[in-house]
Amino acid sequence: MSRLRSLLTDRLALGLLVLAALVLGMPALKPLFAAAFPALDRPLYEADDFLALTLDHLALAGGASLIAVLLGGAAGIAVTRPFGREFRGVLDAVAAMGQTFPPVAVLAVSVPVLGFGPAPALIALTLYGLLPIVENTVAGLEAVPEPVREAARGMGMGPGALLWRVELPLAAPVILAGVRTAAVVNLGTAAIASTVGAKTLGLPIIVGLNGSNPAYVIQGAVIVAALAVVLDAGFDRLAARLTRWRPGAV
Amino acid sequence: MIAFEGVTKRFGAWTAVDNLSLTVAAGEFRVLIGPSGSGKSTVLRMMNRLIAPDAGTIRVEGEDIARLKPEALRRRMGYVIQSVGLFPHWTVERNIAAVPDLLGWPRARVRDRVTELLTLLNLDPERYRGAYPHELSGGQQQRVGVARALAAEPHILLMDEPFSALDPITRGALQAEMAAIHTVTGTTIVFVTHDMNEALALASRIAILDRGRLVQTGTPLDILSDPADDRVRDLVGREDWGLKRLAVETVAERTRPGETAPGDPLAAGASLRQALAAMVARGTDRLPVADGQGRPMGTLHLADLLRGPDRP
Repeated sequence: MSRLRSLLTDRLALGLLVLAALVLGMPALKPLFAAAFPALDRPLYEADDFLALTLDHLALAGGASLIAVLLGGAAGIAVTRPFGREFRGVLDAVAAMGQTFPPVAVLAVSVPVLGFGPAPALIALTLYGLLPIVENTVAGLEAVPEPVREAARGMGMGPGALLWRVELPLAAPVILAGVRTAAVVNLGTAAIASTVGAKTLGLPIIVGLNGSNPAYVIQGAVIVAALAVVLDAGFDRLAARLTRWRPGAV
Repeated sequence: MIAFEGVTKRFGAWTAVDNLSLTVAAGEFRVLIGPSGSGKSTVLRMMNRLIAPDAGTIRVEGEDIARLKPEALRRRMGYVIQSVGLFPHWTVERNIAAVPDLLGWPRARVRDRVTELLTLLNLDPERYRGAYPHELSGGQQQRVGVARALAAEPHILLMDEPFSALDPITRGALQAEMAAIHTVTGTTIVFVTHDMNEALALASRIAILDRGRLVQTGTPLDILSDPADDRVRDLVGREDWGLKRLAVETVAERTRPGETAPGDPLAAGASLRQALAAMVARGTDRLPVADGQGRPMGTLHLADLLRGPDRP
């Protein structure tokens, strides 16, 4: 009983359960969609396997987020070091441009160069994820208290030890919040990538919109929503681990 | 141990330290004191190369520190600052172990050292080793700060106004602990403060700085009995100068051996200031004195307090 209760109140476990049921069990819901949309000849999207679409979707959104973390994190670290301080303004401008450029526009511009497929989508999503990661990396590193830095230097930590042992762990919760924003936005935006031929959960949505098939749209959208819930809960869990040392942590 | 020769440091148009020469001998408890802007913290921070001098040389244990790697130099010195600067994401144990970890000490040795230091600083090791800094009071945090600075058994301990932010009772307790630690470890301590009472209570020698120059150096008694100029007299305090002077001498130095007097004896190690307070409280002009084991040593007369200090 108490196990069931803890499962039902655990957002991550519950989300994973619902997600797995939707991804694997979508064909079983065919009668349900047939009943809900009696006018449709084909109430279930069957051109692709939902598991394959989900994995491709995750690979695209996850890959773009990972590249954005590496690039944005490195850039954020660089502009808070003495040698990179003067590039701070330039970096802010570039990251803000990446964010305000609509992903659809990036897709439109990059398709002629890179062709159809996942490559232009990866670039658009990476650019889109950069701003929150860069901003939060810089904010997190700048929030490290000066006395802590001075004590670290005074005891003989070099720049590398100071960064890895002190600054990054202390900035981690703030950086993680930026990664979370980027990842959640990328997860949703990855659906648009299907307009340029990348296979994602956006495919049933776009096919459904083009063919006036609301059942397809719903089938793609509920899985994306379930993914977003799981991702959000996962980040919550991770954030709690990274802030165990803070006042009020359990 | 530490020698400054003609050291100058400017920040823009401001000369923080002006052609300063100063030596700190091994085993000394040297207090640097002066008003704000006197350059005392700059002097301290030049000792571990957090600040580089514009001119002059600084030697530590005979070596010109400009030729040493700053990290290696700093790992040989403890450093304690007013705002403590504990690593908030590390437990007390890991904070104290920071320098031993950098030096690659084996785990068991680090653990034993942490236990030893927490005990030395009057923190129960089992209760506090796993605590995070935010769970400690200000005084406890600075105790951990001192333990962290002492962890790798440095020959030199640099302390920059370490107790200024603490309440008077905690400050007094930590001062007493620093005096005891100095006696036990024999570490050379350089201690910056703007509080003359703190300087007089702790120092074996004091260096008074003003506008980047050395005004006077000497033992607390030297400073009190022969202040170099009005700035020193101001720093020492004109009003209670006499009481301060009594505070730096012990009863033993003025005891008349062989005599006896009625009443509870004074401890030979008590200060003359405490002796005066006892005389006033009991309405008497003479008190018996006993040594550390309670054996009678003689008597102390009020008249003996009024003499100038015994100077060699």
